[in-house]
Amino acid sequence: MSVFTSSPAAGGPIIDFAASESSLEIAGLSIAYGEKSALRDLTLRIPRHRVTAFIGPSGCGKSTLLRALNRLHDLNEEVVRRGEVRLEGQDIHAPQVDVAELRRRVGMVFQAPNPFPMSIYDNVAFGLRLQGGMRKRQIDDTVEWALQSAALWEEVKDRLRASAWTLSGGQQQRLVIARTLAVQPEVLLLDEPASALDPISTLKIEELIRNLKSRLSLVLVTHNMQQAARVSDYTAFLQRGELVEYGPTQTLFTNPRLRRTENYITGRMT
Amino acid sequence: MRTLWHRRGEGPWPWLAAGSVALSLLMLLALLLLLSVRGLGHFWPDEVALVMPQDGQPFAGVAVREERIPGGEARERLYFTGNHDLDGDRWRWVEVSAIAAIRHPAELVVLERSRWGQFLGRLVAVVGDGERHSGEAAWPALQARLAELDALRDERDRLRDDVVVPLVRRLENSGSLGDAESRAALAAAQARIRELQSAMGGDTLILESVDGRRIAQPLDLVLRAWRPNAMTPPQKLMAWSEGVWRFLSEGPRAANSAGGVWPAIFGTVLMVLLMSLVVTPFGVLAGIYLNEVAHQGPLTRLVRIGVRNLAGVPSIVYGVFGLGVFVYGIGGTLDEWFFSDRLPSPTFGTGGLLWASLTLALLTLPVVIVATEEGLARVPDHQREGALALGATRMEMLTRVVLPMTLPAMLTGMILAVARAAGEVAPLMLVGVAKLAPQVPVDGDFPFLHLERKFMHLGYHIYDAAFHGDDVQAAMPLVFATALLLVLVILVLNLTAIFLRHHLRARHGAPRW
Repeated sequence: MSVFTSSPAAGGPIIDFAASESSLEIAGLSIAYGEKSALRDLTLRIPRHRVTAFIGPSGCGKSTLLRALNRLHDLNEEVVRRGEVRLEGQDIHAPQVDVAELRRRVGMVFQAPNPFPMSIYDNVAFGLRLQGGMRKRQIDDTVEWALQSAALWEEVKDRLRASAWTLSGGQQQRLVIARTLAVQPEVLLLDEPASALDPISTLKIEELIRNLKSRLSLVLVTHNMQQAARVSDYTAFLQRGELVEYGPTQTLFTNPRLRRTENYITGRMT
Repeated sequence: MRTLWHRRGEGPWPWLAAGSVALSLLMLLALLLLLSVRGLGHFWPDEVALVMPQDGQPFAGVAVREERIPGGEARERLYFTGNHDLDGDRWRWVEVSAIAAIRHPAELVVLERSRWGQFLGRLVAVVGDGERHSGEAAWPALQARLAELDALRDERDRLRDDVVVPLVRRLENSGSLGDAESRAALAAAQARIRELQSAMGGDTLILESVDGRRIAQPLDLVLRAWRPNAMTPPQKLMAWSEGVWRFLSEGPRAANSAGGVWPAIFGTVLMVLLMSLVVTPFGVLAGIYLNEVAHQGPLTRLVRIGVRNLAGVPSIVYGVFGLGVFVYGIGGTLDEWFFSDRLPSPTFGTGGLLWASLTLALLTLPVVIVATEEGLARVPDHQREGALALGATRMEMLTRVVLPMTLPAMLTGMILAVARAAGEVAPLMLVGVAKLAPQVPVDGDFPFLHLERKFMHLGYHIYDAAFHGDDVQAAMPLVFATALLLVLVILVLNLTAIFLRHHLRARHGAPRW
């Protein structure tokens, strides 16, 4: 496989990083909900320590793709899957893979903030306690570190025992990010993380995303093209379950190779 | 300004809805008011009237109600006259226009007796120990003697309940004559009881009805005495609270038509608690299985519909089921295996506390299952996914996130189950309730909680007192009071659960789902 792969038919991925630099590899992935096809034969690589954005109109399959990366589809008995997803070269659907461990390595933040009905501290410590084997002191330290990483520590350090549901929406979303960071994932999946937030909170989340890529790989699904342009390094455009165009964000937004992509990002959807 | 009357576009709907709520509340309040007035009013020492009819003898009585005589303008009034031993009746109808005069002499007394019911009339003398107090001295002497009697009675009852009954039961169960020690203890206790009994007897009251007939009344059969016409309102209030307290704390007398309801309160609460203990874990587990574990196919849907429809099965059917399966089936087998030495007298093979609790648990199971399932369904999917995305297994997700959030719903299920079970009477008649079981099923005798014993129940007590007494008229106020008490007991049980639920919700500031 060459460093630059391109699928001539779809004008598909232009990739300027080596295969060894990819965190996740998706190969021929198709997903259907029963009879209804949601993703068709998707192949792309997601780079390590970069932000990759998936954009596309509603129902194009970008959330479906994201949930395929940590096997959240396992819950739904209707879902049919074909193709492979590899995390650091290892097939995540292989029988020896521990799903709980996979989900720890591939963390996920959802559209609506979903803190658990417990204290701020307990929310962040949740994943740590699941793993077990940590002393109280270690948990304390990790909770502080995670909250600092999520830029929330200063706001909540005096009320760690308060219910997480007393926080504002933006704080809740950063708490959820802190909770995910606490278990030190390699990949962070963000499913429209700012779509339910006000502009100020959105900016904070975006800044956080930019800061986090030094530590882990991020995959962002968003409706907001400006957001994708602001925070991502690579952007993939999906339409009707198919990958239309994939490349460095700069290139895709300023010089898209396909008319379909250009129409979408300039808002001339037909 | 748009007023409430002219909210456009909404039509009559807000008013219909508000009206329905108001009507329901009004009916509920009316019911409670009726129960309170008719029930609690009974304990108020009403004035005793000395009625002089135009023809015939005067009599003393408490006015109960008035009615129009059919086919005329005249009205007649019902008096409660007591004195069953003298008159052969406790009630008297008098035409209002035929009454020449009504007076309320202060010296009229009302005696509460353990035989023949109440006496209304005059106290002539207290005779005993060679002394005779008559005239003005009779009333204070009676009060003093009654206080002594109360103390003696208390000691006797304590001795009987705490010493004699457990000993007798132990001797019975051991099948032989028992060891010498317990026989000696039993004999001593019985001797002491006889002693107390004889200390109580001996005194006599000379009573006179207002038309001049005299009787000699053994004092040990008199429980309370009061002179309502001479009492001030605070004294009446004292007498009222004493009456209420006796009603709550004593056992029934005179075939449930008088006395208190303590064993029934205890039995009801104990039975409901045992039932909750059984039904809650069972129903919650079933709800979790149906909603979280089972494959959501046609079979699960069928089971779910079945469970919901079980809630509509008439309760007497559960009673029959309980009688057949629990009492005769399981109970009979238990008796054969473990209590064969006591056969043919059954131990578990007859209705009892355990079988009644289990039957009611079965009856209320659908309520708990449905409430749990609805609570689980209300936990948002993103909470489950959030837990899974952090590397939780399905079990960890359930126990750490989903179930804590469902706890209030489970308690709601329990509240509904308690409300349903505490008011249920029909199935209990088949599986363990007793007309009279003055011994509560908890005592100091091992194993302390006697699941095989029959018990009294407020609901059944109402039914029994209202329909099976020989003088329903006299028992009626007690029926109302018992009904009020049943409502209050259910209220207290529910408030406890609601308080618990609120506490659980408050812990994490969780919103009300």
